[in-house]
Amino acid sequence: MKLLVPVKRVLDFNVKVRVKADQTGVDLANLKMSMNPFDEIAVEEAVRLKEKGFATEILAVSIGPAQAQDTLRTAMAMGADRALLIQTDEDLQPLAVAKALKALVDQEKPDLVIMGKQAIDGDNNAVGQMLAALWDRPQATFASKVEIAGAVATVTREIDGGLQTIAVDLPAVITADLRLNEPRFASLPNIMKARKKPLEIKPLAELGADTAPRLTVTKVAEPEGRKAGIKVTGAADLVARLKNEAGVL
Amino acid sequence: MAVLVLADHDGAHLRETTAKTVTAALKISGEVDVAVLGGAKAVAEAASKIAGLRKVRHAESDALAHGLAEAEEAALLPIAGEYEAILAPATSAGKNVIPRLAARLDVAPLNDVAAVIDAKTFQRPIYAGNAVETVTTADAKVLATIRPTVFEAAGQGGSAPVEALAPGAAPAFARFVSQDTVASGRPELGAAKIVVSGGRALGSEEEFKAVLEPLADRLGAAIGASRAAVDAGYAPNDYQVGQTGKVVAPDLYIAIGISGAIQHLAGIKDARVIVAINTDPDAPIFGVADYGLVGDYKALVPELLAELAKVGR
Ligand SMILES: Cc1cc2nc3c(=O)[nH]c(=O)nc-3n(C[C@H](O)[C@H](O)[C@H](O)COP(=O)(O)OP(=O)(O)OC[C@H]3O[C@@H](n4cnc5c(N)ncnc54)[C@H](O)[C@@H]3O)c2cc1C
Ligand SMILES: Nc1ncnc2c1ncn2[C@@H]1O[C@H](COP(=O)(O)O)[C@@H](O)[C@H]1O
Repeated sequence: MKLLVPVKRVLDFNVKVRVKADQTGVDLANLKMSMNPFDEIAVEEAVRLKEKGFATEILAVSIGPAQAQDTLRTAMAMGADRALLIQTDEDLQPLAVAKALKALVDQEKPDLVIMGKQAIDGDNNAVGQMLAALWDRPQATFASKVEIAGAVATVTREIDGGLQTIAVDLPAVITADLRLNEPRFASLPNIMKARKKPLEIKPLAELGADTAPRLTVTKVAEPEGRKAGIKVTGAADLVARLKNEAGVL
Repeated sequence: MAVLVLADHDGAHLRETTAKTVTAALKISGEVDVAVLGGAKAVAEAASKIAGLRKVRHAESDALAHGLAEAEEAALLPIAGEYEAILAPATSAGKNVIPRLAARLDVAPLNDVAAVIDAKTFQRPIYAGNAVETVTTADAKVLATIRPTVFEAAGQGGSAPVEALAPGAAPAFARFVSQDTVASGRPELGAAKIVVSGGRALGSEEEFKAVLEPLADRLGAAIGASRAAVDAGYAPNDYQVGQTGKVVAPDLYIAIGISGAIQHLAGIKDARVIVAINTDPDAPIFGVADYGLVGDYKALVPELLAELAKVGR
């Protein structure tokens, strides 16, 4: 069974986000970039499926700038077998990413695509669902548990009131939620090994997908901030203030 | 042209998030329909009472009863052409189906819309709410999920007609197996007036319950949790508040033993009053809390309960 794992290079989740003064976007210059945390979880799940003998090959793919090769090397250090960079300097919107991935899926014919539920830059939570639709295959989003038997994946999903389990016929798209697993750290020997694994680079145009933007961002602003309040002296002070000052009791 | 709102329900009851999404829809068009996919007749009837609707369309089938995106897509695709916009509350159900439907319609979806500027221009948080983008779509249609906490619920007193909607043929490649949802008997986290949340400091599931439940009972509050508390198994997954969990906007949010990571703060920024109880005076949560109580929750929560009792809460 062949697995495809799309991974995105994003601003590291620990870096403080600053909006550019001219309000055209978020400042990314010289800041630490990492693999989207949900994609790390997706890579980990793929590697576990391979370790359990379900998967035979894991292909990691990223659509992005030349630097996304680092992200792909990380995926290979975690256990992906090969990697593909679909190179572009444009920041593609989810519909365009989904179309590019659909073109790739047609070429690579994976049995399963495992990806993050959400990239933590745009917070779109969209590409997995869109890829599944374009591919005309089922989706199992927000996964917290994945079991494969034959050509069926049984997936437990995190939903509003708790958990739901569904069965989807492969090929399918699974999107990873936080509780699916705890991703491993790549060991030094595995980082060295990953340097020798194949990493292919293709220009985006070669996929022939329509990646024209549909959305225009006209402004990126700081949110209305909250100010720090006061420290109260104890529970009695707190309750009095909640009742009299804030009026919320 | 009209706007379609997908109802949010648990099969038996309509959630208030639906009426809030209707408010967003009415900013796009005066003609708003609600689609109830799955769910009992009572859900459709409750929807018809939302003020300002043109009609309610109710589709029923086994697959729809379980909220499978593929089944919802099959029900919605044939009628999508009637609408200039299709909106759903930004819940896990809404986020599951809207992008799928959008891709089918060749539309770029918008997730978690927090303001409707005009029929084609919206604002939405990005980077865990650390930035807000204003975005205009060039697509003929808008498909979006709406952050319910920022919109007032549309009024009641309507009497829109309820029409049957053909459920469509759901593909067999996705099947419901089981569901594990517990009704807590408490207010819904996303809609509660008061939320009490616990973090990693609680240390165990037993302690989480022993500390949070009496406080929630006394205040009639919903219970939330940080990711760390959920990951450690102290609280169920649907308690998670934050960037990738639930967004809450109660009048009062009490964070107990939660440090205040940006991913957590992303879910509570719109709370009217934030209270933090934390041993660390430098914890980031105090940077957003209106009232901070520095100290051990083990001593402070019992004191808080006693003081609340004194004022009749
Ligand atoms: C992709 C991604 C998405 C995420 N999404 C979310 C999300 O949606 N929601 C979320 O919450 N997090 C999310 N996180 C995790 C987030 O970064 C933090 O790790 C998490 O919020 C920390 O939880 P915590 O505050 O309970 O734990 P900690 O950060 O460990 O804080 C515990 C706090 O308890 C205090 N404390 C200890 N003992 C006591 C005591 N006896 N009495 C009082 N206080 C005490 C400590 O001083 C400390 O401040 C996400 C992370 C990533 C990478
Ligand atoms: N540029 C990209 N390259 C590879 N994968 C991507 C890219 N953008 C998004 N994805 C995948 O799609 C998932 C959801 O992203 P999004 O819908 O943008 O929140 C991510 O977790 C990735 O797995």
